[in-house]
Amino acid sequence: MEYILIFISAIFVNNIVLSQFLGICPFLGVSKKIETAKGMGLAVTFVLVIATIVTYLLQIWVLNPFGLQYLQTIVFILVIAALVQMVEIVLKKLSPSLYQALGVFLPLITTNCCILGVAILVANGTYNGQGLEPNLLTGIIYALATALGFALALIVFAGLREQLSLVRIPKGIEGMPIALITAGLLALAFMGFSGIDKGIALFFS
Amino acid sequence: MNNWKVFLNGLVKENPTFVLLLGMCPTLGTTSSALNGMSMGLATTFVLICSNIVIALLKNLIPDKVRIPAYIVVIASFVTLLQMLMQAYLPSLYASLGLFIPLIVVNCIILGRAEAFAAKNTAIPSLFDGLGMGLGFTWALTLLGAVRELLGTGAVFGFTLLPSSTNMLAFVLAPGAFIVLGYLIAIVNKIKK
Repeated sequence: MEYILIFISAIFVNNIVLSQFLGICPFLGVSKKIETAKGMGLAVTFVLVIATIVTYLLQIWVLNPFGLQYLQTIVFILVIAALVQMVEIVLKKLSPSLYQALGVFLPLITTNCCILGVAILVANGTYNGQGLEPNLLTGIIYALATALGFALALIVFAGLREQLSLVRIPKGIEGMPIALITAGLLALAFMGFSGIDKGIALFFS
Repeated sequence: MNNWKVFLNGLVKENPTFVLLLGMCPTLGTTSSALNGMSMGLATTFVLICSNIVIALLKNLIPDKVRIPAYIVVIASFVTLLQMLMQAYLPSLYASLGLFIPLIVVNCIILGRAEAFAAKNTAIPSLFDGLGMGLGFTWALTLLGAVRELLGTGAVFGFTLLPSSTNMLAFVLAPGAFIVLGYLIAIVNKIKK
């Protein structure tokens, strides 16, 4: 039950983009078409889950036992950069079709702050685990849920922007301003979900 | 004189937030009040100046192929330094900015300036570029924070200016960040023309 709650909370209530402001750059950058938004969403899901597992194990087995917690930021960003490269190479060999689909987006992911952000949250155990012990499994579930939330927000936003490109917009707010205002209204819509995770928890307890 | 031009470039003409649209995550995430926005801006300025100087000094020693990882290590070191300093001397501020302090590493402004300016110039102009860009980022964040704080809680930097009946909580929360930034960019675009 708690695992389902993690999903609901991370996708709708505390959406990574629309309420926690992580991963805004790709959210604004690659949301002009639904197709590219899907590719980016898939690539982020893939890398985020792998990066979370690797950084969590690194934190537990290397940084914590040797008292090197202060190196967290440096180590994590290097690991993520290397991991993205490695995923790219492995994917090219194992699954060329998936590589074709994700190829362009993979290098962009290194500077996506939601990867580093979630890795740090999971490693420090400071995420909302719905009362579950912060361990590897909960961390993975949380990372997957967060990534799905990112993909959902990105695809919905891309759909809105596709529609926006068909209508006439006042000249003053063309381009980025209208995109930001649209994102704001989307965030407002997502605010309507606030509290449902607690409601569901209460309902099933 | 030339340094002055470099400094003003970041402050106005190529303002990282309103013109280049870089570093959107901290811009939106930390500006729930003017003070938070300004602190985040100054923290980023510190990292930006230090990393710009060090990268400008090291640029001939770093092989071209591994320059991006090398830049990231330099930036991450200064971010760690900042993290420790803030934890020691400004614990309440550190708690309120939270995750966004370590995330300065992936702020595209810093890597962007390292690649676009510090890697091609000497240390002194790089310092002014870092200062200009950093303060440009700071005033943008302060303005955004002040507008959101004013509309959301009726205060600026904690001084109450509007009666509580005009408060619109949504402006302090997530949606307000997007909407206020959208309108501010529209206004800046208008002024530039």
